[in-house]
Amino acid sequence: MRGEVIRRVRGGIAALVLVGLVVAPWVVDDYTTSILARTLALALVGVSVALLTGVAGMPTLGQTAPYAAGAYACAVVGSRVSDVGVVQLVVAAAAGALLAALTVPLVVHARGVIVLMITLAIGELVVIVLGRWRSVTGGTDGLAGIPAVRPFWGLPALASDQARYLYALAVVATLVGAVLVLLRTRAGLVLRAGRDDEMRLRASGHRVALHLSGAHIAAGAVAGAAGSLLVVAQQYISPADFGFDTSALLLLGVVIGGTASVGGALVGAALVIAVRDWLFGVLPGHAPLVLGALFVATVYLLPTGVNRARGRLRPPNAPAHQSDQPAAPDQTNVAELHR
Amino acid sequence: MTGLLEAQEISVRYGSLAALDGVDLRIHDGQRHALIGPNGAGKTTLLNVLGGSTRPQRGTVRFDGRDVGRLGPAARARRGINRIHQRPAVFPTLTATENVVVAALPRVIPRRRWWPGGRRRAAQRLAGPLLDQMGLTAVAAVPAGHLAHGQRRQLEIAMALAGRPRLLLLDEPAAGLSAIEVGRLVELLQALPRAVAVLLVEHRLDLVYALSDTVTVLRDGQTLAAGTPDEIRTSPLVRQAYADGVA
Repeated sequence: MRGEVIRRVRGGIAALVLVGLVVAPWVVDDYTTSILARTLALALVGVSVALLTGVAGMPTLGQTAPYAAGAYACAVVGSRVSDVGVVQLVVAAAAGALLAALTVPLVVHARGVIVLMITLAIGELVVIVLGRWRSVTGGTDGLAGIPAVRPFWGLPALASDQARYLYALAVVATLVGAVLVLLRTRAGLVLRAGRDDEMRLRASGHRVALHLSGAHIAAGAVAGAAGSLLVVAQQYISPADFGFDTSALLLLGVVIGGTASVGGALVGAALVIAVRDWLFGVLPGHAPLVLGALFVATVYLLPTGVNRARGRLRPPNAPAHQSDQPAAPDQTNVAELHR
Repeated sequence: MTGLLEAQEISVRYGSLAALDGVDLRIHDGQRHALIGPNGAGKTTLLNVLGGSTRPQRGTVRFDGRDVGRLGPAARARRGINRIHQRPAVFPTLTATENVVVAALPRVIPRRRWWPGGRRRAAQRLAGPLLDQMGLTAVAAVPAGHLAHGQRRQLEIAMALAGRPRLLLLDEPAAGLSAIEVGRLVELLQALPRAVAVLLVEHRLDLVYALSDTVTVLRDGQTLAAGTPDEIRTSPLVRQAYADGVA
């Protein structure tokens, strides 16, 4: 009964937020609308972080890598091949998924803090490559002047900030819906089980590495698609959009929102980005300090929010069951033997 | 009678300590086999070797005529070797039904193989009757982390059966259960399908005698004796081993 009430309240809040997001461009100015569109892109990357951190149990600092791959793929296609949004979105998602697939061998066999370190390194390496591969990425200057996107063939290009924002909102809503459906399938169930107890899942006959690889690639595709939204929102990208601070902010947002909740990840990531941009004006130069304090406070005040991610933060090969530990003291009743 | 599982010359060493030293074990289809011995005899190590979580330095393990020595726990589970742990191992945030569904998925056969969701629906169909058989229908929608110890044990048995096992490895299933729960456990284990072979490691010899038709006794990593429960009960060698082990 209580669960039903909570579900209805959550559904009501989600509907209100969605209505608020739809009418936002008519309420706020153009600049804020463009900021909101960029925030939507980052919130979608937050969803991919939540998919890995909260659902699959692989805390990550490297989702900026497929995000960047998607953004640059979209920018190159948008500038040279097609201005159709669907094409750009598919190419971006494929680029993100491809990069994630290439890094699968590095990530899926590691656990806990080691995953954080590896993914951090992957993210940083991608930023370095973007800065040096000038012929394709424009180097540290980035790519500018990307033409406005048209959602489908035959539709007009999205010339206004409002139109680009609504396009981003529609894509985010569709992809979040797809992720929610995915989590209700067999794959989602198995991922949640693996987060609970990986060794138990293996003992049931599941190919854990295969499931984690699938989650990693799917999260890469979502982050790649988010990259295309960044291009749509800004029409300009540079390696600075994908630095470590973005990774850290995304993880912070997901932790605040609750690592196992897609809706929470959306809200948390959006909140953190909004706070950063707002603080940028109110406390120039001190935004990272405030966000750091927010992170520490979250970890202490909302321990259940981070508990699920912590589940996999244990040393690799740590015994999960008593049976793998030394045997319990012998309780054999000698009298039974002589009966 | 064919040998479902045949382990030969199994040796496991931890440094200078020989946990298992040339142990042979053969389990037939549908057999109820118990493994007993004093503390430190190597029972759990042997179970780990058969389950695939420990790789022996020497020896072979064949299951259903095939060498499974290089396979891990997941691959062995897919071939029909399932294990019940000393401390019930369930997925705490998943409901009892979801636990059984997850355990059933690798070996379930869907009605329509390529139909989306077919495998999960087939697993779901298995879960209901299994939970009912274990007396867990009332808590089917409760997260497993909220269940009592005895209920988790019953749930783990349901999960093992959902994996359509041909051999069940039971590691002290009565550990931590009340007298009533032990009685229920014995009933459940006695009602297991005859097609399922069982290897039981248990300290409580009353359970061993009630549930098994063959008993192997280990001591210091070696096979001390093997026979029917009556033969083992009256063996002077075994009595001496237990007297030494307890002392």
